[in-house]
Amino acid sequence: MGLAEKVATGDRRAAARLISMIEDGDESVRTELADLHCRGGRAHIVGVTGSPGAGKSTLIHKLALEWRRRGRTVGIIAVDPSSPFTGGALLGDRIRMQELSTDRGVFIRSMSSRGNPGGVAKATADAVRVLDALGMDKVIVETVGAGQSEVAVMDVVHTVLVVVVPGLGDDIQAIKAGILEIGDLFVINKADRDGVEAAQRELEMMLELSSEKGPWTPPIVKTVARTGDGIPELVGKIDEHWEMIRREGLLEESERQRCRREVLELLKHKAVLSLLSEYGPDEFDALIHDVARRKLHPHDAVERIMGDKKRKN
Amino acid sequence: MPIRVLVAKPGLDGHDRGAKVVAKALRDAGMEVIYTGLRQTPGQIVEAAIQEDVDIIGLSCLSGAHMALFPRVLELLRERGAGDVLVTGGGIIPLEDVPKLKKAGIAEVFGPGTTSDEIVAFIRKNVKQRT
Repeated sequence: MGLAEKVATGDRRAAARLISMIEDGDESVRTELADLHCRGGRAHIVGVTGSPGAGKSTLIHKLALEWRRRGRTVGIIAVDPSSPFTGGALLGDRIRMQELSTDRGVFIRSMSSRGNPGGVAKATADAVRVLDALGMDKVIVETVGAGQSEVAVMDVVHTVLVVVVPGLGDDIQAIKAGILEIGDLFVINKADRDGVEAAQRELEMMLELSSEKGPWTPPIVKTVARTGDGIPELVGKIDEHWEMIRREGLLEESERQRCRREVLELLKHKAVLSLLSEYGPDEFDALIHDVARRKLHPHDAVERIMGDKKRKN
Repeated sequence: MPIRVLVAKPGLDGHDRGAKVVAKALRDAGMEVIYTGLRQTPGQIVEAAIQEDVDIIGLSCLSGAHMALFPRVLELLRERGAGDVLVTGGGIIPLEDVPKLKKAGIAEVFGPGTTSDEIVAFIRKNVKQRT
């Protein structure tokens, strides 16, 4: 039995192994992944993003507990950055999810970005397929919402939660660019602190400025993840968003958009590899050397690589 | 491919300074380290090891309960078909217990005074490159 088949029977070890092979970029799992993709598409995929310290892990823990109470199974993928110097990573999201650790209706996986921002989104998309095939009703993807790569990770989800905390005016400033546009729900966590009203006003103002009027107005939900305050309401809103997407026929469109982005990303990746594989590493280094010594513009270096490719064909 | 390590604290002692120092050292050696926090049951540790698909589990125990907890982790791993995962121990382990733990299947025991380089070297040497 192949790994994909084993995953479909609920084999957790096979699921874990398959995710590792995905992370390693192992080409031998391609057919397995194709199998998963063609059979999958059942799970509701929820992204959670926000600055470090916003309480994302604790919030996800509580969301998962609430969904479990409602009879749903939950997969969690926590993406953390790797060290740019050693490639190593310390992945500590499970510390805040202990109550879930022996629940067979939950599967938690920590992933490191392995110094490859583009790659992490690619691996996440496939890891989501594995948890979908494992039969998880909800798959939560967690990432620090800073930078392009994290925004790219959110491309693989249906519903995006943006988590902010009160008392950090600059925090909301920081999420303005990029993240605000992709939020389907906004969570003001640690809402027992001072400054909740100010944070809410600021969010409301920015949402009014930026959002186009559609069938969905992003709600702002206040929570205290530590105590569980506001969690049932938040779960209700997330489920409502999922129902809305399906009711309004937006699911197909959203799948199409996600698939288009994924195919384009893969194509870019493969195209670059294939171009470079025909261009020897020494020649490539020589070209870079010329650019660095200001003899050649990067544009012209690229033209040269593409030109050589055409000649060889 | 980075080696994946689970650093875990079974049992009830609340001292994880050592576990955290080891976790950081392994990260700095380029490994992916999953730290699960204090007071884990063997069942929680094994389930986390399976979900995270780690190559090795580093157990740290300072409470004196290692003779009960470490072999239990090995037993559960075997039960779940994950007996190939390497398990090492550390903490306050009396010398006379070390041979018994090794006999039970603990790959190595790192007592006080072990340098992080020694741990890194041991892991690099003993974790099988997976195919």
